[in-house]
Amino acid sequence: MKPYERTGVLSVNDLKIPSEKQLEKGVAITECVQEIPCNPCVDSCPVDAISMNDINAPPVVDYNKCIACGQCVGVCPGLAIFVVKKQNEKGLLTLPYEFLPVPKKDEVVETIDRDGEQIGEGVIKRVKKQGKTIVVTVELDAKDLMNARHIKVREKDE
Amino acid sequence: MRVNNIPNVRTCIAPLTEDVTVETQDTFASWPKETHNTSATKADACTVDVLIVGGGPAGLEAAVQAAKQNAKVLLVDENQQLGGQLIKQTHKFFGSKQENAGTRGVTIAKELEETVQDHTGIELLLESTVIGFYEDTSSDYFTFAVSKRKGYESSIVKVQAKTVIFAVGAMENMLLFPGNDLPGVYGAGAVQTLMNVYGVKPGNHVLMVGAGNVGLIVSYQLLQAGILVDRVVEAAPIIGGYHVHAAKLRRCGVPIYTRHSIKEIIGSDHVEAAVVVRLDENWQEIPGSEKTIECDTVCLAVGLTPSTRLLSQMGVKMYTIAEAGGFVAIHDDYMQTSVPGVFVAGDNSGIEEASTAMIEGKIAGVAAAIQTGKTSTKQAKELLDIFASELASLRAGPFGEKPRIAKQKIQTFWRKNQ
Ligand SMILES: Cc1cc2nc3c(=O)[nH]c(=O)nc-3n(C[C@H](O)[C@H](O)[C@H](O)COP(=O)(O)OP(=O)(O)OC[C@H]3O[C@@H](n4cnc5c(N)ncnc54)[C@H](O)[C@@H]3O)c2cc1C
Ligand code: SF4
Ligand code: SF4
Repeated sequence: MKPYERTGVLSVNDLKIPSEKQLEKGVAITECVQEIPCNPCVDSCPVDAISMNDINAPPVVDYNKCIACGQCVGVCPGLAIFVVKKQNEKGLLTLPYEFLPVPKKDEVVETIDRDGEQIGEGVIKRVKKQGKTIVVTVELDAKDLMNARHIKVREKDE
Repeated sequence: MRVNNIPNVRTCIAPLTEDVTVETQDTFASWPKETHNTSATKADACTVDVLIVGGGPAGLEAAVQAAKQNAKVLLVDENQQLGGQLIKQTHKFFGSKQENAGTRGVTIAKELEETVQDHTGIELLLESTVIGFYEDTSSDYFTFAVSKRKGYESSIVKVQAKTVIFAVGAMENMLLFPGNDLPGVYGAGAVQTLMNVYGVKPGNHVLMVGAGNVGLIVSYQLLQAGILVDRVVEAAPIIGGYHVHAAKLRRCGVPIYTRHSIKEIIGSDHVEAAVVVRLDENWQEIPGSEKTIECDTVCLAVGLTPSTRLLSQMGVKMYTIAEAGGFVAIHDDYMQTSVPGVFVAGDNSGIEEASTAMIEGKIAGVAAAIQTGKTSTKQAKELLDIFASELASLRAGPFGEKPRIAKQKIQTFWRKNQ
C-alpha cells in the first residue's frame, strides 16, 4: 500500500521531477498517479505533450515538448494538473481554483501545501476563466514551487 | 408525508405551492376521510415501440438511440427535470471524449435533454412514475400503469409497449447505528440535491461517512458551498475513491480517517454530535478509541443498491451479485433480460458510472429498436459492436475491476440459464 492510498496526500517522490532547465522553461505536472479511466488532458494539449498508453494509464508529460500554456489545467476533472515555472528566486504556479470569492490580480493570498497547511504567501499574477473553472497564476517563493498546491483568499474585514 | 391531507406524498420531489399543509406521517397512512379527486376513473392510454423508464444518463441515451433507429419512444421520469443524478453533479466528469469527459454533469444533462426534446420520435412524460406492470394475455404488448402528477393530485396513464428499457438507477444505502433516524442524518445524494439543485444548505458542520468517490466529491462540494466538513471517516484501510478527489479535499484541510466508522449520534431531536471509532484489521471497533465530534449534519456515502422492484414484478431472472451492489437482473451482451423485450441499462443493472450508464443505454436503445423490427439489423449491429468496445475500454483499469467482475458473473449466470 502506498501512503497516498491511505492519506490522500502525494509526496514529491511520487512525481516525475523536472530538471532545473525544464523548470525554468515551465512545465505541467500531472499529479494523477492512479490508473483511472480518464483522458481529457491528452486531448486538450495543443502540442501533444501529454501521452497515455490507454485511457486507464496515468498521463505522462514530455517536459521538453510542454510549452506551459496551462490549457490542461482548466480541463482536468481531477483538478490534478499544475504548471510550475521558476524565475530566479521566485516561481510561478498555475492552478485550478473552484471557490468564491475569485481572487483578483495583485491580491496577496496564502499558499497551501498538499496537506492543507499554509506554507507561505503569494501574489496573484493572472486570473483566467476556462469554462467554469478559474485558472489562477500565483507568484511565490521558488522553494515552494513543488509544494504549494492550493491558495486561500484572505477574508476581508469590511 | 401527508400533503393537503393526501398520504404517501414524496415531498422531496413534489413542488411547493402557496397554502399547502405538510404533515408528518407515521408508518402506514390512514386513508383521508374525504377522498380526494383523482381523474383515475378513465385512464389515458398510449402505445409505443420502446418504453424507457427513467430519464438519467442511461435512459436519455437509450431514448436517443432507439429513436434514431426509427422506434417510437416514450420516456418516463418521476422528476420535473430530466437528467437523473446528473442534474446535481456540478463537477467535471471523467472518461473519454465520447462520454463528454471534462464536462460537468449538469451540462451533460442539459445537452442530452435538448437532443431528446428536439427528437420528434421521442415523447416525454415527466413528473410521472411507472408504478406497476400488469399482465394482459389478450395483447402482445407489455402493459404498465404510470401515475402522472399534477400538483398533489395524480392520474393514471396506461402504457402499452412492445419493448421496455429499465434505467431507473439506484437507491442510497443506509447504515445501522443509534440515532440514524434523527434530523441531520442524510444520504450523500440528498445533500447533493439540496445544495446543487435547490440551493439549500443542509447544515453548517458536517461529518462525512465514506471515502468512495461519492463521499469525496460531495465533501468537496460542501466546501464549495461554504460549509465546514470536519472530517471524512472510512471503514476500509484505504481510500476507495480516486486519489485526485481525495487530494482536492486534503489540500483544503479536510482530514480523511481510514479504518474509522461512526458509532452513534448524540442529540435528542436533531444531530448535536457524532461518536466515531477506530476499527481493527477485522473491521471490529477498538474499545476506548471513541471520539466525539461536534457536528449538526452526518452525511452517509456508503454505497448504492440497484432499484429492481419493477423487474422483479415482471418475473425477470435475478441474482444477488455483491460487485453489482445487490440483487440485479441477468442480461445478455445487448442488455436484454431473461424476459424477451425487457432491457436494462445503467445503475439498475449494476452500480457503476454515468459514463458506462450512457453506453449501456445506447446499447439497450439500439437492441430494443432491433427487437421491435424498426431497424435494419446489419447497420445497427455494427453500432452495437462499437459501443461494446467503448464499454470494455472504460472498464479495463483497476477501478473497473468491480463492474468487470459483476458483468462476468452476470454473463456466467446468463449462460447457465440458457
Ligand atoms: C456524488 C456522485 C458523483 C458522481 N460522479 C460521477 C462522475 O464523475 N463520473 C461518472 O461517470 N459518474 C459519476 N457518478 C455516477 C452517476 O451519476 C451514476 O452512475 C449515473 O447517474 C447512473 O445513471 P442511470 O441513468 O442509471 O440512473 P440515474 O441517473 O439514477 O437515473 C434514474 C432516473 O430514473 C428515475 N426513476 C426511477 N424509478 C422510476 C419510475 N418507477 N418511474 C419513473 N422514473 C423513475 C429516477 O428518478 C431518475 O431520474 C456519480 C454519482 C454520485 C452520486
Ligand atoms: S501546459 Fe500546455 S503544453 Fe504543457 S502539457 Fe499542458 S496543455 Fe500541453
Ligand atoms: S485529465 Fe486529469 S484526472 Fe484525467 S487523466 Fe488527465 S491528469 Fe488525470
